[in-house]
Amino acid sequence: MAKKTVVKKDTVEDIKQTAWDIVQLARHAERPNITDYIKLMCKDFVELHGDRLFGDDRSMIGGFATIGGEKVMLIGHRKGRGIEENIEANFGMASPEGYRKAKRLMKLAEKYHLPVVSLVDTPGAYPGLEAEARGQAEAIANNLEFMATLKTPMVIVVTGEGGSGGALGIAVGDRILMLQNAVYSVISPEGCASILWRDGTKAALAAETLKITAPSLKSLGIIDDIIPEPKGGAHTDAATAVAAVQKAVLDNLAVLKKISLDVLLQQRYDKFAAMGRF
Amino acid sequence: MAWFEKVAEAPLRIPTETVWAVCPSCKAYVEKADWKAADKVCPRCNYHERLGCRERVALITDAKSFKELNAQVGPNDPLKFKDSTGAYADKAKATVEKTGIGEAVLTGTATIEKMPVVLGVMDFKFLGGSLGSGTGERILLAAEVALKQKHPLILISASGGARMHEGIVSLMQMAKTCAAIARLKEAGLPYISILTDPTTGGVSASYAMIGDLNIAEPKALIGFAGRRVIEQTIKQKLPDDFQTAEYTQAHGFIDHIVPRKEMKSFLASVLRYAGCSC
Repeated sequence: MAKKTVVKKDTVEDIKQTAWDIVQLARHAERPNITDYIKLMCKDFVELHGDRLFGDDRSMIGGFATIGGEKVMLIGHRKGRGIEENIEANFGMASPEGYRKAKRLMKLAEKYHLPVVSLVDTPGAYPGLEAEARGQAEAIANNLEFMATLKTPMVIVVTGEGGSGGALGIAVGDRILMLQNAVYSVISPEGCASILWRDGTKAALAAETLKITAPSLKSLGIIDDIIPEPKGGAHTDAATAVAAVQKAVLDNLAVLKKISLDVLLQQRYDKFAAMGRF
Repeated sequence: MAWFEKVAEAPLRIPTETVWAVCPSCKAYVEKADWKAADKVCPRCNYHERLGCRERVALITDAKSFKELNAQVGPNDPLKFKDSTGAYADKAKATVEKTGIGEAVLTGTATIEKMPVVLGVMDFKFLGGSLGSGTGERILLAAEVALKQKHPLILISASGGARMHEGIVSLMQMAKTCAAIARLKEAGLPYISILTDPTTGGVSASYAMIGDLNIAEPKALIGFAGRRVIEQTIKQKLPDDFQTAEYTQAHGFIDHIVPRKEMKSFLASVLRYAGCSC
């Protein structure tokens, strides 16, 4: 009997990956989301709901978590799996109350001397009528200012899509890490293509031009480290991918916790001040 | 040759553009001299025309008090960006030459009714007032001067948002500028943000929205996401007044809407409440 050729699904090794290929991996429906990280990485998780102002945004999750032996405040965007969950999570697009909830929890982290771990995975902040009315811009802006001087160590991990201001709204910290197949960009490749090329189908070209993959961000001095993913992408082996994130988070926290708060805050300021200084 | 035999070299007409200004909003014809005397505000519909940064400096500061800072800081091209219309580096260079302002924000020190301030004024003519690395750097340096001299910082925004051509580096300018303003606020120094037409995207979601006071010009467009994007997302037509200064004030994000003619005296008055004196 002739040997059946086994076609490995979703295998990308040995093929030169384009930025657009990586965008597909970063957006993969089966890519580990925050629910998976909580399940696989946290021995304990106490979810804390609501922004105490308007509501509880289900596209932003946060709470006390124990990672390894480390007690932290975990926050992150939430993408769902399947249509129902995704509708509840608004496909990972947070509203102002999401950013304000994240801020409230980070403030609590400072009070309880817990480091903040932030998992970033969003197409962007929600562009809706009510989000605008309730101050999407103000909510993000306020977080940027607040995180710059928060007196506790902060580790950011871009796990999937780092979508513009919606990502940055929970992504100011002492260490910015990125999974190997995550992307982080000022605008979606589709958005950029339709504005600058006036042609939405040029998204692959825009993705390449925008330099949104982890190695590009590393060489631009925006991120500190790249967390390796299993061959084929994080979705092929969630346990391994999450374990790598856990290790990176714990390693970085161990270093950050040894730094005095004054020095930490100065380093955080210097880190962002140096971005775009050539 | 008798005078009546002479052929007219050009049709006898008064070139309208030297006599009339046309209001970009209500299309009213206004005598150019009146338009100028009204600081480019339409007497019929109160539309505040976009101003160049030097015009604005002249309107709100004491005569000859403005001294520019960091004029040497200009655009960078970290991505070597190129789109269908050419290279960003060329566009940036041409814009610098055409506008003579070096970046999308002009920064410097000045006095307002003899009170010293540090000032940053954006100019929409410079690549849509987009926030690039040079823009962010100028704002950060201005905030640092304010901190050092213990003077208030005033930023006047006019921007479509982050500068896509500088990719992730431009996104990081949001965090960078907010970090500098956070320090200013920690030191108890006043920061006043003035939002003019338009203030959207990454600028509204960073320094423009975190003023001790957020001041707006009448009818200025203020918002996070673009109208078209929102309409596509919610599949509804948006109200006409959506994202105007008046709408934003009614939703709680603008302290005061100030007509152009009164801006200088208004600033002087609130600066005195903030403890400034000459």
